[in-house]
Amino acid sequence: MWRDALLVAGRDLRIELRTRVGLWQVLPFALLTLLLFAFALGPKPGLLAEAAPGLFWLSILLSVVLAAQRSIAVEGTRATREGSRLLGLDPAGIFLGKMLALLVEVLLLEAVLLVGVLIVFHVLVTAWATLIASCVLAAIGLCAASILYGSLAGEARIRATLLPVLLLPITAPVLIAGAKAFDASVVTGSGSGARWLGILAVFALVYTALGIVLYGPLEES
Amino acid sequence: MAPAISLRSAVALSGGFPVLAGVDLDLDAGQVLALLGSNGAGKTSLLRLLAGLLPLRSGEAVVLGCELPDGAAELRRQVGLAGHDPGLYEELDARENLRFALRAARLDPAGADAALERVGLEGRAVATPLGLLSEGQRRRVALAWLAARRPALWLLDEPHAGLDASTRHLVGELCNEAARGGAVVVLSSHEPELAVSLADTVVTMGGGAVIDTSRGRRDAAGVTDVA
Repeated sequence: MWRDALLVAGRDLRIELRTRVGLWQVLPFALLTLLLFAFALGPKPGLLAEAAPGLFWLSILLSVVLAAQRSIAVEGTRATREGSRLLGLDPAGIFLGKMLALLVEVLLLEAVLLVGVLIVFHVLVTAWATLIASCVLAAIGLCAASILYGSLAGEARIRATLLPVLLLPITAPVLIAGAKAFDASVVTGSGSGARWLGILAVFALVYTALGIVLYGPLEES
Repeated sequence: MAPAISLRSAVALSGGFPVLAGVDLDLDAGQVLALLGSNGAGKTSLLRLLAGLLPLRSGEAVVLGCELPDGAAELRRQVGLAGHDPGLYEELDARENLRFALRAARLDPAGADAALERVGLEGRAVATPLGLLSEGQRRRVALAWLAARRPALWLLDEPHAGLDASTRHLVGELCNEAARGGAVVVLSSHEPELAVSLADTVVTMGGGAVIDTSRGRRDAAGVTDVA
């Protein structure tokens, strides 16, 4: 399984490096979303800092949908998906490989967006460990759920509109827990982030396990 | 010895519609079978059933010793399918595609270059992303994948469509080579003359069933001239 996962992850990352969709489309989209939120709230530093956790995660969530669309489009045609099945690749390995490649992209996206939030929203972080842990756990959960629901969304002609409808509602726990953990990590925040990290960890575990088990049957169907 | 392919009243559905409506077929190892028939006759569906990609709904099907539908996963590891869409990655070049596929199939990726050379792809064409190659070149890459993998069952869906004379000749050569090596080759075609010259057996399909079976003119000892 892990051998196949690394093979698939390497292929997806190679394709991403060649096409640079993440760099030229997903990343600008994420930064633009963040800036537009800032414009909508107006030049009030207190309000911006207060809204930063929610807006950061909302931007991440919307951008992950785009990145996931792209990741799934690599296997877009029926012939390509059937080709993978004829290669004898372990479906769980394909799922994990696609998830790993997407995870690399999402972690980079989070890093850049976090710098953007710190600058634009005037946020001061006091608990870096909590913030980084929440970013990593949320990214794992989001990537697992995206690849799983992307497979469920099926062929390209309906996937573009179906994936956000399927994915965004179920990622509400990530949005809430991620925002709360972020809030607990900044100087103006309150409370402990441990509880929220626990929720993110459970989400990541559940969707990774579901993906490993269900990706094969979904592709078969 | 049991036939390499044995179908009895094989029925398969696609989207609720019967695309195969009781197919009977026997084929031994080392044989080339040509499928003829109009559009919608069931040729592609039969190829997909033989690849373990289309589930058998009723009847019996044993392919390369794998009983369908339960043995589909095992069967797929022995099958090479070249369809209308090569099913390769547009953003990767021919060599990268082949090396990935060979690694995935647990074969030596070093075989990629020899296979590409075998199908006449060299130089810049090998290092150009597949999406930028011509249709004929993409077909050659798909053939190179089959040549490199050497599956026990070759399934070719209209392999001659839109190809120049030299690539058509190459298809014939590869089919003959595979059959002489003991593989089973099943190809569909809309060109009866060409298909008959390549095949040992010619099956005409209509309405998802076999409506006629005849002998082909393949010379198993030599390379059939299909150009």
